[in-house]
Amino acid sequence: MTEHEPLRLHVPEPTGRPGRHTDFSYLHVSSAGEVRRPPVDTRPVDTNDLAYVLVRVLDDDGRAVGPWVMQTDPKLLRRGLRAMMKTRIFDARMLIAQRQRKMSFYMQCLGEEAIAIAHALALEPGDMCFPTYRQQGLLLARDDVDMVEMICQLLSNERDPMKGRQLPVMYSYKRAGFFSISGNLATQFVQAVGWGMASAIKGDTRIASGWIGDGATAEADFHTALTFAHVYRAPVILNVVNNQWAISTFQAIAGGEATTFAARGVGCGIASLRVDGNDFLAVYAASQWAAGRARSNLGPTLIEWVTYRAGPHSTSDDPSKYRPADDWAHFPLGDPIARLKQHLIALGAWSEQEHEHAQKELEAQVAAAQKEAERYGTLADGHMRSAAEMFKDVYKDMPEHLRRQRRQLGV
Amino acid sequence: MDIKTRTNQTSISMRKTPMTMIQALRSAMDVMLERDPNVVVYGQDVGYFGGVFRCTEGLQAKYGKSRVFDAPISEGGIVGTAVGMGAYGLRAVVEIQFADYFYPASDQIVSEAARLRYRSAGDFTAPITIRMPCGGGIYGGQTHSQSPEALFTHVCGLRTVMPSNPYDAKGLLIASIECDDPVIFLEPKRLYNGPFDGHHDKPVVPWSRHPLGEVPEGHYTVPLESAAVFRAGSELTVITYGTMVFVSEAAVLETGIDAEIIDLRSLWPLDLDTLVNSVNKTGRCVVVHEATRTSGFGAELTALVQEHCFYHLEAPIERVAGWDTPYPHAQEWAYFPGPARVATAFKRAMEA
Ligand SMILES: Cc1ncc(C[n+]2csc(CCOP(=O)(O)OP(=O)(O)O)c2C)c(N)n1
Ligand SMILES: [Mg+2]
Repeated sequence: MTEHEPLRLHVPEPTGRPGRHTDFSYLHVSSAGEVRRPPVDTRPVDTNDLAYVLVRVLDDDGRAVGPWVMQTDPKLLRRGLRAMMKTRIFDARMLIAQRQRKMSFYMQCLGEEAIAIAHALALEPGDMCFPTYRQQGLLLARDDVDMVEMICQLLSNERDPMKGRQLPVMYSYKRAGFFSISGNLATQFVQAVGWGMASAIKGDTRIASGWIGDGATAEADFHTALTFAHVYRAPVILNVVNNQWAISTFQAIAGGEATTFAARGVGCGIASLRVDGNDFLAVYAASQWAAGRARSNLGPTLIEWVTYRAGPHSTSDDPSKYRPADDWAHFPLGDPIARLKQHLIALGAWSEQEHEHAQKELEAQVAAAQKEAERYGTLADGHMRSAAEMFKDVYKDMPEHLRRQRRQLGV
Repeated sequence: MDIKTRTNQTSISMRKTPMTMIQALRSAMDVMLERDPNVVVYGQDVGYFGGVFRCTEGLQAKYGKSRVFDAPISEGGIVGTAVGMGAYGLRAVVEIQFADYFYPASDQIVSEAARLRYRSAGDFTAPITIRMPCGGGIYGGQTHSQSPEALFTHVCGLRTVMPSNPYDAKGLLIASIECDDPVIFLEPKRLYNGPFDGHHDKPVVPWSRHPLGEVPEGHYTVPLESAAVFRAGSELTVITYGTMVFVSEAAVLETGIDAEIIDLRSLWPLDLDTLVNSVNKTGRCVVVHEATRTSGFGAELTALVQEHCFYHLEAPIERVAGWDTPYPHAQEWAYFPGPARVATAFKRAMEA
């Protein structure tokens, strides 16, 4: 007979559920300016403390404080603000278009806009991102990506650059440093490391930036990416977007309970930061820091961006079934757009009137792009690429069996 | 008891209720969680929320978090832990959110679960059931539409099952959970809410208006390795499974050809007698599946028919399948082997 007590299975739970408020103290939010900024050539092991705190620059009054404040041209901040506003407007309009059945599916990044946009502004031409489906901000932050073309992809129409083959939002823009999005989670994370290794093998100066969600860090590809990045000191930024949810699953089920995702990096010998992802200035500063390391042969940096998925997972999801309806309103890191706006106004570099004007102007821009894209068809009206497209690009040259099948289909 | 002759006394007297395929699958897990304390159910989003297709809705509330729970997004982890639980004596019923996402679990399925009994000479077994929605027709694009059954039927030691209706879904899932071998349980998601026949522009009849949507409330099994004669006929034999059962039925109605439709239900190991008897009777055979054609399970079926029925065949065996391309998004209905493509194959088989 044993005298041990019976074992119990621990299954993590969020504190909040429909009808019960979330206790966000689990986030361990540091105050703005509190967290130190190590030198760029710090040893990975010396970032251990940084994996458990939260780098923040903007305080509650919208002032930039502490060691992570950078001399940033207000012009760049205004550009960032406008790109975030554009992304939010874009998402809202595409959501409506999906409800109108003009597209089959959509995914917003509501509440997470600062991360992709400030990060994009910290990278250089030639760098390559390996994104997930929630980094449309990487594209919308750029001037060289045409919104009309993006919407054509979403509408699966005659001008869809993915030729109708991919779900909406599964963009690919090699020329804009944006790797083709996979539906299979986490695969891109280790590919980003490989791209960075290639740049090092070739003696180039370009760096890679890999992206993954909190939920997907449970996949083996995440852990493999960390090992390869560490072993080869790959010039890569490893971004973990912790928006607290993976569809209906709280981040504790991905292994975020009583530790952080940033801590995974330190454990693998990778310099790691945990950063307020709703603080545009903090995202920009941390991205610069990590890019500086990668570009100086100092190796990879893992950054956990703490944020909140304010919308449903996708147009197929209904979050009221598994989390409090007003959860975002209570999230302690606020709204990234409101926070940067407040900062710029405090600086005297922006005003309510300018904001309102920009909002109208961007709404008109997105509406015009949508209108033009719809001229080339929508999923609902059936103006799409020919079925013959289906047989192309399976191989470089179409083998005989596919030509036979295409003939059989009569296209 | 022999798996094929296992009878099913309970179903006869039991009360039946209209169920969708989703409700029938949930009912099977409910019955087994109730009957067998060794049954556990887990997977991505299956706990509190009840699964993205709602197949496990309410089960966590009923059986508690240590029997029905959410899993990290790691298919390898989900199947690997299921094998470990099996070694302890549990029967894990795990969900892979879409069949398109089983690949990270390949090693645990192919090298571990499938061969554990063999390599340990029966010392350890993996009595696990791996559920996964499969098939297209929902504008899911290439990563929410695949039919990877042939990747499993090729692996010795696995059982691969695919129901086509709520009655079979519940009976087969219970039989799979009770089975001591690892079972890959593929659920054609286009059939979750009704017998979709391939006419995507017409509304689908709900299961509540179909006789196979009448499902006994309690425990019953549909034995593994037993095919169903879905429709009796004399002119040709259609060998199919899953969504294509109803597409084939539509083709029968549209061509007026008196075809016998065999719904395999268990893909491998399978009920060879039922198909051989049918083909020997009709002398013509059309094999139909949604998966890509080359090295698809249809190739195996065609070879079996050729081996066992050659001297009864009056026409070459026809195959209808998805094209050999990834599943496209916008051109989904040009990809899907609908009733027209099946009907063409029927006519070719009849004219030969
Ligand atoms: C290999 C694999 N498994 C499961 C899925 C289904 N799936 C799609 S998104 C998602 C949740 C991902 O959550 P997270 O990584 O936190 O990213 P977020 O959606 O929050 O941005 C799941 C389970 C998938 N796409 N790929
Ligand atoms: Mg997430």
